[in-house]
Amino acid sequence: MTTGPAIPPRKPPPSAGRRWRWRSQATRGLLWQAALVLVLALIAWYLTRNTLENMRARGIQSGFDFLLQPAGFSIGESIIEFDSADPYWKAFLVGLGNTLRASVAGIVLCTVIGTLIGIGQLSRNLLLRKLCKAYVELFRNVPVLLQLLVWYLLLTDWLPDTTAALQPVLFPDSGIYLSKNGLSYPLPVWEAGHLLTLIGCFAGLVLAWRYRRRAARDFEQSGRARALSWPMLGLVAASSLAGWMLGGMPSGLDIPQTGEMNLSGGGSLTPEFLAITLGLSIYTASFVAEAVRAGIQAVPHGQLEASRALGLSRGQTLRLVLLPQALRVTIPPLTNQYLNLTKNSSLAVAIGYPDLVSVANTTLNQSGRAVECIVVIMVIYLMLSLATAWLMNWYDSRAAIRER
Amino acid sequence: MSATFIVIPARAAPVRMLGARAWIRTHLFPDWKNGVATVLIAALVAWYLPQLLDWALFNAVFSNDNAACRAVAHDAARPGACWGVITEKYRVILFGRFPHADHWRPLLASLLLVLMLVASCRPRCWRRWLAPAWIAAFAAFFLLMRGGVAGLTYVETARWGGLPLTLLLATLGIAAAFPIAVLAALGRLSPLPAVRAACIGYIELVRGVPLISVLFMASFMFPLFLPPGMTPDVLLRVLAGITLFAAAYLAEVVRGGLQAIPVGQIEAAKSLGLGYWQTQRRIALPQALRHVVPAIMNSFISTFKDTSLVTVVSLYELTGALGLALRGDTDWRPFYFEAYLFIAVIYWTGCYAMSSYSHWVERRLAVSNQTAGNAQ
Repeated sequence: MTTGPAIPPRKPPPSAGRRWRWRSQATRGLLWQAALVLVLALIAWYLTRNTLENMRARGIQSGFDFLLQPAGFSIGESIIEFDSADPYWKAFLVGLGNTLRASVAGIVLCTVIGTLIGIGQLSRNLLLRKLCKAYVELFRNVPVLLQLLVWYLLLTDWLPDTTAALQPVLFPDSGIYLSKNGLSYPLPVWEAGHLLTLIGCFAGLVLAWRYRRRAARDFEQSGRARALSWPMLGLVAASSLAGWMLGGMPSGLDIPQTGEMNLSGGGSLTPEFLAITLGLSIYTASFVAEAVRAGIQAVPHGQLEASRALGLSRGQTLRLVLLPQALRVTIPPLTNQYLNLTKNSSLAVAIGYPDLVSVANTTLNQSGRAVECIVVIMVIYLMLSLATAWLMNWYDSRAAIRER
Repeated sequence: MSATFIVIPARAAPVRMLGARAWIRTHLFPDWKNGVATVLIAALVAWYLPQLLDWALFNAVFSNDNAACRAVAHDAARPGACWGVITEKYRVILFGRFPHADHWRPLLASLLLVLMLVASCRPRCWRRWLAPAWIAAFAAFFLLMRGGVAGLTYVETARWGGLPLTLLLATLGIAAAFPIAVLAALGRLSPLPAVRAACIGYIELVRGVPLISVLFMASFMFPLFLPPGMTPDVLLRVLAGITLFAAAYLAEVVRGGLQAIPVGQIEAAKSLGLGYWQTQRRIALPQALRHVVPAIMNSFISTFKDTSLVTVVSLYELTGALGLALRGDTDWRPFYFEAYLFIAVIYWTGCYAMSSYSHWVERRLAVSNQTAGNAQ
């Protein structure tokens, strides 16, 4: 009888107290992390040392104290008053304001266009469907910078001079002018009576909100749905109108006047602002349209069939059944697109709209504080991104299905 | 109670659902609202399409005759496009400031990259040799463009421009971003808190800021980061910026793929005795990457479009080369619009081809997933 090689007795399994051995997973994990932290710290130290040395060699000053010095350049358009004697920090503030203005206008516009195009892509009408599809494919596949440049060219080169400014065809003398200098439109002149209009509008909003709460309570109790949008709109409009009439119907309008060289008076939007807003919203709308289409298509087909069986019209089906459910699927990609739009507004520097990056670029060239300017841009954009993401997450949690 | 026999009228014949009339009714005039929309759209198309065709084709000038171009552009009654600007300037737009006599080199280099791209899109080429092939292609590209060997004259990178630069920035940017993205994605899913924090920090920081600020950083800050006396080429710096930017977005794509893998796969790999890296390399990543090919393609399309931004830090890729060609030339400057359309068509063709490809892969994946599901 042969005996095989002796099998060594099995080692006892390591007890819990002996986990910290050289080959144990926990130890190796700790070592890996220590190595990573060490390497990152070394890289950071190396880069900082080089930067400081380079700055000393080139005589570059560092620090954020330059923010308090006078900027010495003027900014074409701004929400707040700004002139070249104001400090740099105020220039950055003006830039941020312009970025926000363009982004918010772009987000509103792209949502409206994108939703319409997205719904159009699912229309029964072949022509409409193809047209919407063509829109998406056309604008999605061309770089947004190029589109901005084309819009700017069209607005500044192809439009007539102010003396021959375009006016709306249907309302020729309404005081709306479109020309190389941008869009001019009438603005109401502030009078004391407008205060009552505002109060009326506010009262209308409160009334509408209360009406909505009551309608919701009725619906919970009796199951009878009341019309919502028209009565609410009507309440606000009627209340504002009443306030306006009580205030003595102030109707002074500051209408732009065509002069020898340019238009004066009224409100106006510069071609730079128009180009960046139009360009960004039309580009982003193609992505929003795809998100909306995908969201609607993600709603189970049974939902559509059930709502048809209940006798809802196509419009009602879309408004009451499909869109609210599609919204949940659409919100995450929509958030991404809003963030993209906000970040893309930095391309304004290419067409001379004084946004944050554009102001920072000028500041950088003037003061030579490259590191500081880039840090300011990055920190502000990071905060904007975080704020948008937070806002959309909040909305998402509100739109989510409430489970009882 | 006597039942009376009542004849009910016969039902109308069912609506015919076949044939041209039925097709037109269901697709163009399903109800009165859609009918109105159809008529409106058709009227708009019928009104504007002939004008557009007239401008773009029938009344356009195709030769590089400046006087004829100006005449047709100022013709208020029947304006025409001036494609002559492209006939005149296409070499500068396509190849930037590259020496005129040597334009065959950027042409060949661009063709090489396009060929490699087309080859990489075919599933039968998804083999191990693809990565070395790309490295070889980039080496050949640099040799061709840079010159200095085999009788080619040396051309410094500052003179590279146009299409080859756009292609290089997009392809090399994504190719270099890929390994970083995979590591960052694995790190973000790692159980080790320090690794995870570092990867999340990198990804979210880069995704939170616009590309233009990263490019500014590459242009103004990278020279400060390096030891004194070392100033790398601006092309290299911008390439590094684009790579770091693309890697953060790509990392999220890869993470999506990794998270879609059933946990059972990883557990099975562990029970077979595979270590962490073996599991990732042989089990997780092959499946994850296969699933996110369409998303990777979309990242590539974004990067391809984003390369147009490097013109802001004065590199002359397509958009920049266009400015280079027209800005200083008073004769041809009025025809910027036609030139913009020309490069828009180039970008559009590339992006549309790639997005169609990505849709095709998506459908193919869906089919293979279905059959795999049925087989189980």
